[in-house]
Amino acid sequence: MNEVKKYDVIVVGGGPAGLTAGIYLSRARLKTVILNEGTIGGQMILTHEIANYPGVESINGFQLANIMKKQAKSFGCDLISNINIASMDIESDTKTITLTDGQTFSSDAVILTPGGRPRTLGVPGEGKFKGRGISYCATCDGDFFTDKEIIVVGGGNSALEEAVSLTKYATKVTIVHQFDNFQAFEHAIEEATNHPKINFIMESTIAAFYGEENLEHVDILNLKTNAITPFKTDGVFIFIGYVANTESLKGIVTLNEWGEIVVNSDLETNLPGVFAAGDCIAKRYRQVTTSVGEGTIAALAASNYLHLKKQTNK
Amino acid sequence: MLYTNLKHVESGAQLEKIISENENVMVICGRMGPMCIPVYGIAEELEDTYKNVQFFDMEFDNPEAVVIRRLPEVRGFMGIPFTIYYKNGKVVKATSSIQSKQQITTILDTEFGASAK
Repeated sequence: MNEVKKYDVIVVGGGPAGLTAGIYLSRARLKTVILNEGTIGGQMILTHEIANYPGVESINGFQLANIMKKQAKSFGCDLISNINIASMDIESDTKTITLTDGQTFSSDAVILTPGGRPRTLGVPGEGKFKGRGISYCATCDGDFFTDKEIIVVGGGNSALEEAVSLTKYATKVTIVHQFDNFQAFEHAIEEATNHPKINFIMESTIAAFYGEENLEHVDILNLKTNAITPFKTDGVFIFIGYVANTESLKGIVTLNEWGEIVVNSDLETNLPGVFAAGDCIAKRYRQVTTSVGEGTIAALAASNYLHLKKQTNK
Repeated sequence: MLYTNLKHVESGAQLEKIISENENVMVICGRMGPMCIPVYGIAEELEDTYKNVQFFDMEFDNPEAVVIRRLPEVRGFMGIPFTIYYKNGKVVKATSSIQSKQQITTILDTEFGASAK
């Protein structure tokens, strides 16, 4: 059996919230480990340019993440990334997390910062045609669709802005949106609706993707009439928002109807010694700066919790 | 420019030399975008584990990257990164768009053998 690695605090997730918590906790001489299921940096590393991070004029998200990572390490924080969590007992006084490779970690406090990920449609063919006609990034893959006809799924700011940006390449962009109105800023709606290359199919969604080697057509489901119409297309870009990475926490901590962790102003969850911060919590605004602020609060609240616990046990 | 901690391939000639001198090579050809960065991150992690594999990246927009963009194995690819696995100088596997750590390690284990780790 593997030896249990004992820490004061385990941080689950290595985005800006988790890294900030790691920096604060380690600097406070609390033995801290960050366990991260993906690449350290979270959604921040996916941002080409961060121009509104105070104190830094303009920086690539990947570089900012690398600086935060180095900062956390310099204070003695352990970082373990690209791991898979097999089991989690955070309801007990001593919290235990076991990875699929058998490593086990225990601590008196846990900070949950698992972040979020782009939402997928979850319909037949989506996995098969990823990278062969289906994309989730216009900047990355837009030029593969030069002189082609494409679909953009979604009706928020990202969908409308990316649809306009894709008109640089595509001859025709059809926006498919589930509602009869858009959830975007007025200027984004105006720019998309006035664009001569953009068409709209409202109150509809994609029900399936088809093709041989590459995507060739989709089924469009009218959500009002339930009618399915085959639609020929060369590509589909999906921008339907983000979902919190909290599936494994269901039934353990209190989540709201969108799967976000419910916290109080000190970022405490319903479980003693368990805190949460970043894009996984129930909140309105999701920015690197808000996550950094929450990582700070969660770290200070966890430090205080450990201090009080020590006093009580004396 | 790719801001990764991987070794960078700058030219077709350099790639040719790398794949002729190393038995197992993985090259991730992409940009600093959301589909590519996680793959670079996974490769950086795996460098310590897979000592018998040489990991590289190459900038997709570098004109020299034509040596990857024109490979028959990437025909039909419409998402970056293009990740190419070479064994003894030959392409044995190519993938398009983002991949998970599990997908990548499965390819490394399958293509580069049980002695990979």
